[in-house]
Amino acid sequence: MANTTETATEAVGEAASHAAEAAGHAAQSAGMPQLDTSTFANQIFWLVVALIVIYFVLSRIALPRIGGVLADRQRTITSDIAAAEELKAKAVEAEKAYNQAIADARTEAAKIVAEARAEIQKDLDAATAKADAEIAAKAAESAARIDEIRAGAIESVKEVANDTAAALVAALGGSADGASVATAVADRMKG
Amino acid sequence: MATEEHSEGLAFHPMDQFIVKPLFGGDEVGVLTVTNVTLWMAIAVLAIIALFVLGTRGRAVVPSRTQSVAELAYGFVHKMVEDVAGHDAVKFFPYIFTLFIFIVFSNFLGLLPKAFTPTSHIAVTAVLAMAVFLTVTIVGFVKHGLHFLGLFWVSSAPLPLRPVLALIEVISYFVRPVSHSIRLAGNMMAGHAVIKVFAAFAPLVLISGVGIAVTPLSILAITAIYGLEILVAFIQAYVFTILTCVYLKDALHPAH
Repeated sequence: MANTTETATEAVGEAASHAAEAAGHAAQSAGMPQLDTSTFANQIFWLVVALIVIYFVLSRIALPRIGGVLADRQRTITSDIAAAEELKAKAVEAEKAYNQAIADARTEAAKIVAEARAEIQKDLDAATAKADAEIAAKAAESAARIDEIRAGAIESVKEVANDTAAALVAALGGSADGASVATAVADRMKG
Repeated sequence: MATEEHSEGLAFHPMDQFIVKPLFGGDEVGVLTVTNVTLWMAIAVLAIIALFVLGTRGRAVVPSRTQSVAELAYGFVHKMVEDVAGHDAVKFFPYIFTLFIFIVFSNFLGLLPKAFTPTSHIAVTAVLAMAVFLTVTIVGFVKHGLHFLGLFWVSSAPLPLRPVLALIEVISYFVRPVSHSIRLAGNMMAGHAVIKVFAAFAPLVLISGVGIAVTPLSILAITAIYGLEILVAFIQAYVFTILTCVYLKDALHPAH
């Protein structure tokens, strides 16, 4: 094509002249189609039809439906929040009750422990007292037995001493009566 | 056609995409003719029904994906109406929602290649804007009677200034539907036309050597403008709707 060899300026110039020509042509024949009043009635008629259809479809079907859905959702959310709040309050209440129960149980346990301790103490005291008494009785009995044994022992020693002293006196060739020997032994034993 | 005779030249028809033509042959565009306007409005209506009726069929408390998109749109517009126009404007919510959804779907469907954009036509946006203007004016007078005219009487201004301000207020009130409609149609038309102009430069590489530089640039520009147009498609619908809410607020609470 001859055009491919043309310079850039020429091509642009030609394009511009075509544009001007086209614009001139458009202005000549119809101008802006927007200003062609012969189509106005047609456009307005179909516009009114379209708007009426859209208006009735939207206002009778779509908008009440969407509005209903949105209201439903709002209601659901509100009631869910209310339910959640109620449950939360219940949980708080339950926790409070639980804590109260624990505290009650604790004081009850403490009371039982104290009671048990007092009872055991009483039993213990009684048992101790009884044991003390028994021990005292046993001790007294033992002391009596010991005294008895001790007395018996002294008697025996005295007898042995008397016999021994009498035997000694006899062995040394003297003779002594029993009474004076006993007195002398008793004196010695005391001293 | 002059340009089509030069078959190897660039074809600039940025406005052809806005031509209203009958779908089933013929050249006459009568009132009831099924045209590309009819087709793309019908597609918008079906898409709206698919999203808002079929998508919410489950009425699930935990929504499906389409249902949550529908709920998002509902919440977005409902909050806008309530915040901007006040609580007593909620009874106009279906009306405002209809306008918003129609504009959003028309704008976005218009961004599909080969699509027709009804909202790029002043005839369409003027009807929308006039509907808002009439609704707001009628509501104002029904609710407040002649007190509605207090909207134009700035009682907080010094007395000598008030007639001047009243004149300005009246003019600005009647300019509202004009700016309201031209803003939307102009934005949509401009974006689509710009994309088309860049698109016309794209095949330059087939014609001339300079196209090696121009073609990638124009494709890049189409991509960038398309991204911008996605933003504009939403923002213009949003602006139209929020202005509707503001006007409605004036009608419901005209106190200055």
